[in-house]
Amino acid sequence: MAVLLQATHLIKRFGDVAAVNDVSFGLEAGTCFGLLGPNGAGKTTIIEMLEGITDADDGEIRYRNKPVGADFRNDAGIMFQSTALQDYMTVREALQMFGSFYPRTTPIDELIDTCSLGEFLDRDSRKLSGGQRQRLLLATALVNDPQVVFLDEPTTGLDPQARRNLWALVKRIRAQGKTILLTTHYMEEAYELCDEIAIMDHGKIITRGSPKTLLAEHFDEVVLRLPRADIPGDPAQLPLPVTLHEEEETVEILSRDINTTIRILLDHDISLAGLQIRPRTLEDLFLALTGEELRA
Amino acid sequence: MSWRRFLAVLKARNREFVRDRAALGWNIIFPILIVAGFAFAFSGKPMDLYKVSVYAADPVQKLAEVQKTQAFFRTDYIRFIPVSTLAPAITKVERHQLDMLFDLDQHHYWVNRDSPKGYMLERVLHGSDTVEAPAGGFQRQTVSGREIRYVDWLIPGILAMNMMFSALFGVGYVIVRYRKSGVLKRLQATPLTAFEFLSAQVVSRLWLILAITSGVYAGANLFIDFSMFGSYTLLLLVFALGAVSLISLGLLVAARIASEELAGGILNVLSWPMMFLSGVWFSLEGTNPLIQKLALLFPLTHIIDASRAIMIDGAGLAGISTQLMVLTLMSGVFLLLGAALFRWK
Repeated sequence: MAVLLQATHLIKRFGDVAAVNDVSFGLEAGTCFGLLGPNGAGKTTIIEMLEGITDADDGEIRYRNKPVGADFRNDAGIMFQSTALQDYMTVREALQMFGSFYPRTTPIDELIDTCSLGEFLDRDSRKLSGGQRQRLLLATALVNDPQVVFLDEPTTGLDPQARRNLWALVKRIRAQGKTILLTTHYMEEAYELCDEIAIMDHGKIITRGSPKTLLAEHFDEVVLRLPRADIPGDPAQLPLPVTLHEEEETVEILSRDINTTIRILLDHDISLAGLQIRPRTLEDLFLALTGEELRA
Repeated sequence: MSWRRFLAVLKARNREFVRDRAALGWNIIFPILIVAGFAFAFSGKPMDLYKVSVYAADPVQKLAEVQKTQAFFRTDYIRFIPVSTLAPAITKVERHQLDMLFDLDQHHYWVNRDSPKGYMLERVLHGSDTVEAPAGGFQRQTVSGREIRYVDWLIPGILAMNMMFSALFGVGYVIVRYRKSGVLKRLQATPLTAFEFLSAQVVSRLWLILAITSGVYAGANLFIDFSMFGSYTLLLLVFALGAVSLISLGLLVAARIASEELAGGILNVLSWPMMFLSGVWFSLEGTNPLIQKLALLFPLTHIIDASRAIMIDGAGLAGISTQLMVLTLMSGVFLLLGAALFRWK
């Protein structure tokens, strides 16, 4: 697929801190690309440089193989991590106002339908719930029928139900052929939505690829989880790679061969009543790559 | 410049203001309160300039007697206050609360040697019996003319001061709030230009200020019979240009600040000196020349000077051309600086 938006050697410093340190990547048309990392990794700074909100200290951004200019805003839809609408503005009025800014617009009825805004169309935007507000902000990002949609941590602060509703919306937008750049610190979200991800830490991309490929490249085991209370004696004495999570009172065991691992557990008279088996996740990948827990 | 984008922002800002009932109410109620207050203050007889107490065994009757025989006690603008105890009245003279005190039985009077009003009253007392006669070879001449009351002088200042607060806080403070809450950041990500955004803010506040000022003018006219000898068109021109200059000053203040507290502080630092040094409440004549020159730096000074010239003196375009030029220049400088320094984030 053709690269729609290309960032090359982007650098941004705030004083002595390199918020973005020589970052390059490309967005292929019609895909969802995820920038993952903890708070402070540089995700928002990158997205704001791509949008033209923040100037890069160095590097180049090209759209359709040309340096980005003012016209790019006509093709870009943006949903910021923290933003606001003017007070006393209804959902309908917000859509109308943002629509007035662009030469090409998505019909408002279509936006209302796509983002499920019909129930509260005439409500003051300040009186929306968190999930409703995010849907409205997503609609304002789509008001110009954009080719590229930037979603900066769109589900931060939402409850699980609202988060899943927004995921469904993002999938619907991707199905319409839009190119999406998503930032998140929820690895599950990235796994669910993104065709390709780049994991960032301290202003640098530390790995990139499709979520499944990355997991397959880095891991060939699954995780068996047991309650600590189900293991008599010291778990470290087991002939298995064991990690004890004292706060959660659980024990995790990495296993390439589940049958063998279970046999060993049974041989040690360990009950399997509380056994859970999960595949390795992007959280595990981040930990493996950085040696740190993901800082939310 | 896209008129479509400009009108969209203008409409949104107008709607926001109209729907903010607290702000709308205050913008309407505040000037009405001012007008009502001044209507009350300036109703009835003109205020006396001096206060003189008269003491006697029967002060009311004694005052009536001396008013028949002595011209001083018939002097206009002196309020004669009968009192029946002497000591407290003397204390009041000491404290400048009374300008003079007479004991009509003993034929004494008290005056505070440090009181300018007491000094003037004493001069009047000694000269009052010969006022009708030629003195020192000078022949008395008389003139007549329309009285310019304090209220005539004050109304243009009140109107302009109300404009100033609406312009500075209604634009400067609002833009800082937009910046802090992220509204500006979201708008920056659209094709809307800073010029379109700022123009819409100026126009939105301008029509609002003119509408409210016209309403206050009409309302005040119902309660207070103040002077208006000039052209309404010229007055509107002065107010419009003055509003633009003050709004532009608000934009300049709000160009980069993201803290409402800081913006409020700066706006207060600007508005309070303007309120006191631009001649809203009192004339600066006789004050330190440096203060008078400093006052010329404020747009409010020129708005008030021009509107007073129109309303009180009936001045035409030529008579206020200097103020119009200064206001135009200030508007241009503030707008250009504000636009150049403006940051969305």
